[in-house]
Amino acid sequence: MKALRKFIDKQKPHFEKGGKFQKFHSAFDSVETLFYVPDKVTAAGAHFRDAVDMKRTMIVVFMALIPALLFGMWNIGYQHFLSLGESPDYWTMFFYGFLKMLPIIVVTYGVGLGLEIVFAQIRNHDVNEGFFVSGLLIPMIVPPETPLWQVAVAVAFAVVFGKEVFGGSGMNIVNPALTARAFLFFAYPSEMSGDKVWISEMADTFSGATPLGDALVGNFDNMPSQWNMFIGLLPGSVGETSTLMILIGALILLATGVANWRIMFSVFAGGYIMGLLFNLWGINDYMLMDPLNHLLLGGFAFGAVFMATDPVTGAQTNKGMYIYGFLIGVIAILIRVFNPAYPEGVMLSILLMNVFAPLIDHYVIESNIKKRLKRMKAVLIKNQ
Amino acid sequence: MSTNFIIKKGLDIKLLGEAEKTIVDLNAEKFAVKPPDFIGCFPKVIVKEGDDVKAGTPLYFDKYRDNIIFTSPVSGKVEAIKRGPKRRLLEIIIDSDGKNEAIDFGSSKINSLKKDEIVEKMLKSGVWPVLRQRPYSVIANPNETPKAIFVAAYDTSPLAPDFDLIVHGQGDEFQAGLDVLTKLTEGIVHLNVDANRTTSKVFLNSKNVQINTFSGPHPSGNVSVHISKVDPINKGDIVWYLYPQDVLTIGKLFLEGKYDSSRVIALAGSEVKNPKYFKTFVGASITNMVADNTSKGDNRFISGTVLTGEKIEKDGFVGFYDSIVTVIPEGNHHEFFGWLLPGFGKFSFSKTFPAWLTPNKKYKVDTNLHGGVRAYVMTGKFEKVFPFDIYPLQLIKAVLVEDIDLMENLGIYEIDHEDFALCEVIDTSKTEIQSIIRKGLDMMRQEMS
Repeated sequence: MKALRKFIDKQKPHFEKGGKFQKFHSAFDSVETLFYVPDKVTAAGAHFRDAVDMKRTMIVVFMALIPALLFGMWNIGYQHFLSLGESPDYWTMFFYGFLKMLPIIVVTYGVGLGLEIVFAQIRNHDVNEGFFVSGLLIPMIVPPETPLWQVAVAVAFAVVFGKEVFGGSGMNIVNPALTARAFLFFAYPSEMSGDKVWISEMADTFSGATPLGDALVGNFDNMPSQWNMFIGLLPGSVGETSTLMILIGALILLATGVANWRIMFSVFAGGYIMGLLFNLWGINDYMLMDPLNHLLLGGFAFGAVFMATDPVTGAQTNKGMYIYGFLIGVIAILIRVFNPAYPEGVMLSILLMNVFAPLIDHYVIESNIKKRLKRMKAVLIKNQ
Repeated sequence: MSTNFIIKKGLDIKLLGEAEKTIVDLNAEKFAVKPPDFIGCFPKVIVKEGDDVKAGTPLYFDKYRDNIIFTSPVSGKVEAIKRGPKRRLLEIIIDSDGKNEAIDFGSSKINSLKKDEIVEKMLKSGVWPVLRQRPYSVIANPNETPKAIFVAAYDTSPLAPDFDLIVHGQGDEFQAGLDVLTKLTEGIVHLNVDANRTTSKVFLNSKNVQINTFSGPHPSGNVSVHISKVDPINKGDIVWYLYPQDVLTIGKLFLEGKYDSSRVIALAGSEVKNPKYFKTFVGASITNMVADNTSKGDNRFISGTVLTGEKIEKDGFVGFYDSIVTVIPEGNHHEFFGWLLPGFGKFSFSKTFPAWLTPNKKYKVDTNLHGGVRAYVMTGKFEKVFPFDIYPLQLIKAVLVEDIDLMENLGIYEIDHEDFALCEVIDTSKTEIQSIIRKGLDMMRQEMS
């Protein structure tokens, strides 16, 4: 390791101001800090700091995504061979899916990190770790057959217009990964919905619709069993099908405290309660769907665990988090049931609530301010 | 009447190198008064290098409040008047003659004194600066009357000095100090003690004051926490506060008639060989304290606690308000994959490190930032260590955008920068939160004056 350190120290001057590669300073810095935590010491205030940093936080989210990712890869293969009527061994299915996913992941990181480094260099700040997670989220919420050029365009749009125009990670209004997904959804609708896209290289005779796609055309007979929904043996975007794997990720996020349980819990609560209310109303088959099924389908769990909990775009006050999460759950089911043409109700409701989160916080904080003024008034009256 | 307040939010940080409970004499040769210790003061020097001074001889005064005088803590000769960039006055160094002669201000019966006489005596002797006001933590204004005075009789910060030990056997002086304080306010003098740790009779048997007990993790010992629970500050309110050694100084001024700047200073930290308490005077040089008593290598010497103290050199001086000197190792080295490896033995409030498995472990911390500075991303973390009904992140952001109204609305009068020390420590984004809050407080003070 000493040799690596020596090598980095030797190269460093070339990348600093005045060096011959100063235009690549951000790129060099991101590689250096990947291997080594910087030697910077505290200059003011508290003299020591917590060992946690943004890289540590992001790697935890990354690890929480791994179970769903691995399962998703396997499921690509499983669905593919199922449509062909074949049943090869597990590894064959996994590698089939792995080879489908790898190019998407590589393109996402390549385009996204490239843009991040360019922006960091122009703006003269460090490369943020945010895309470390976004770059894995995006491949997991697109259909496995998405053309790579579309992925690249969507990622570029998400990084530039979803994040960097606002000032980079920590300043953005809407979730960058969902921005990419929404861009694909609205720009290339034919490739992003319907019943042809969810299973890769599907046999023509096979119906590849997702359960919610079936629901759109009023076909509720094809619903998989609740157990299969929970395990995730259905067609869909890569990462979202297995509620079980997502819950393992949720456990990692909650145990480490990286994601806020308030948001996660209230999204599920909101979705379930809305499902129950529709049951009571019950004027069509869709409304009569088991509320639990709502939570198991259409990326609801994935959205609740990995998307709604994004601390930057979510509500930032503890009280606000309950409201924010609850409304995401409610609106997701509302969109899904009232307009079945949008099975992506979860994505739309999270994006919508991202926009409203600052407003929710505003009113929560306003009530704190009012409390303070009330206390002051009480004292003034007493002293009169 | 006494009430017990339980503080739930916060964090006790356990560090290696707690001071052993013995007090030895420190034969410091040099002492210094450091104008930067006093927030918002513009020093105008009276003495010259080479002048002879006694304990209580004026050294400089505040240009804008010229009745606030800063006097020499010991007798001797003015050795140097050190200035920094833009001729900013940094230190007035006194070479002690070891005799500790003091100017006689005359002893008096406290009961028969009026407020004006007390204020005048405290101003003249240079004892006045021990009284500070909230909001802003500046020296109290002698022309004002605070709604209450708060004395914090314990400290909950890491390696904090034990005030029980420091005041031991000085009950009369302490009571005299409290009696003086009761004459300075129309409200109540609050003496705040720790429900579990405070056992000294000096504190618990105090009279003419209201004793409040607190329990809970740091920052439950912070003055702002006490004020927020007992008698919250509203806009326009003024509260004064001080610490036990300051009360002793006031008591001795009226009992003995001289400025007795005696201080007991704890020396603590993982790099100290024999951590213990030293008896000396205000502004003592730490040279004799740390020489041969700290480990070799690159160390950071801090006047104050690791959370809020000031970085000083190894031949620097203890700050006016500090009762502890902490020594920890510098962390100016790269760490290979520090963010990725499991990280056993590292201090972290975050559960992304295994530190939460060993809650009673004592840590050796260094000054490394452990990461790069980022925008604020994580939310809901500061609230866990911030026991006020205030939104910490929102207040920080209000200061960053310099929104005076919003700062006021969010409750900036009720806090001090030290209350944000824990937020700063656990901050994933590695920002200097205490400096930000201090800037906000200074902005408010200028706006309001």
